Amino acid sequence: MRVLRSLLASLALLSAGGVTLSAATDHFQAFTTESARRLAVRQHPVEIPDVALQLQSGANVRFAHFRGKWVLVDFIYTRCPTYCRALGGEFAQLQDRLAGPLARGKLQLLSISFDPSHDSPPSLAAYLQRSRDSGTGWFASRPAAADDLERLERAFGITVIPDGAGGYTHNAAIHLVDPRGRLVAIFDVDDPRLVAHALLQSLDR
Amino acid sequence: MIGESRRRCVGVSAFVFLALLMLPVKHVLEASMTAQMLLQIPLLVGVGCLLSRALPARAQATADDWNDRGITGLVLASVAGAFWMLPRMLDAAVTEPLIDAAKYLSVPLLIGVPFAISWPRMTFIVRGVFLVEFIATLFRLGWLYLISPERLCNVYLLDDQQRLGRYMLLIGAALFLAFAAKLIFGRFDSLVAPQPTSPSATR
Repeated sequence: MRVLRSLLASLALLSAGGVTLSAATDHFQAFTTESARRLAVRQHPVEIPDVALQLQSGANVRFAHFRGKWVLVDFIYTRCPTYCRALGGEFAQLQDRLAGPLARGKLQLLSISFDPSHDSPPSLAAYLQRSRDSGTGWFASRPAAADDLERLERAFGITVIPDGAGGYTHNAAIHLVDPRGRLVAIFDVDDPRLVAHALLQSLDR
Repeated sequence: MIGESRRRCVGVSAFVFLALLMLPVKHVLEASMTAQMLLQIPLLVGVGCLLSRALPARAQATADDWNDRGITGLVLASVAGAFWMLPRMLDAAVTEPLIDAAKYLSVPLLIGVPFAISWPRMTFIVRGVFLVEFIATLFRLGWLYLISPERLCNVYLLDDQQRLGRYMLLIGAALFLAFAAKLIFGRFDSLVAPQPTSPSATR
């Protein structure tokens, strides 16, 4: 009798555990926060808050200014020695691959700094120059207020942590915002061809 | 005398639990992946283990009715353990207070307590299967953490993850050696762990 009861209880616990684990991993698709974030925005696009941004030219724009265009967004800090340098390179490559839509004003490349106290407009301009910006359709910017940075990080799902060597580590990625101002896709940083392909497809649709 | 040792167990577990709740301690233990997985969570399991000693005899007897050879408790502890091994959950425990609260409650109550209740009731075979699987998990995850070029947790650094991987491989190896030594040189008074007929017989 005790054996049977224990068997039943074990099976019940196993199925409850299976259901819980399945719920906690989006049906065993996402075991890390990063994969969960990518899956979530594909299923439920995230409205990006209309924050104020200061561009490398010193001009101020609001995020809603980009409505009607597709926007590719990455997060940077200009002192970054590793990932952001790679990201800068990716954006320069995307600038080449997507020259058409950029010239027609269908698309905007936007780098947002999460280190606004250090990344003044001159640092942002220097960052663009260092990243071989060709001058078309790429802005580097910083959030105007600390509160705006927080809202952006929350909406995009960016986690920034000190790397213990004076810099930062963050979940680097390329984010696609649609013309309605919603985050609809997140890509790896190391595959600009895939990003360009996905974007051209979206433009055709 | 039983009453006094029971009270001491509750006292110690409450003390450790409160210490783990203190913000400075919590910050230090959650600041690194290694500390969260190898110190904070195991200590919370320990809190539950101690707490189980204070279980009233009647509750113990009821649990025994549903826990033949400790299998049910082992299943519960394993499932709850698997949940808190998800990298997503380690992240969420740091960034979301509700998940953190769930961790502080569920790790002692759903891992520590059932495991401590069940261990004395497990037979040699069940213990062996559990230990082999536990060691294998340490090796599998340790290896993954060590070689993964990507961070699995957004709130932790890559070198922290690799250090955790190294430690897990070391702990797995040490456990394996201890287990092997016990198999080769150990004495087994009985191949079957005692199945208590009455709960008071074990305490």
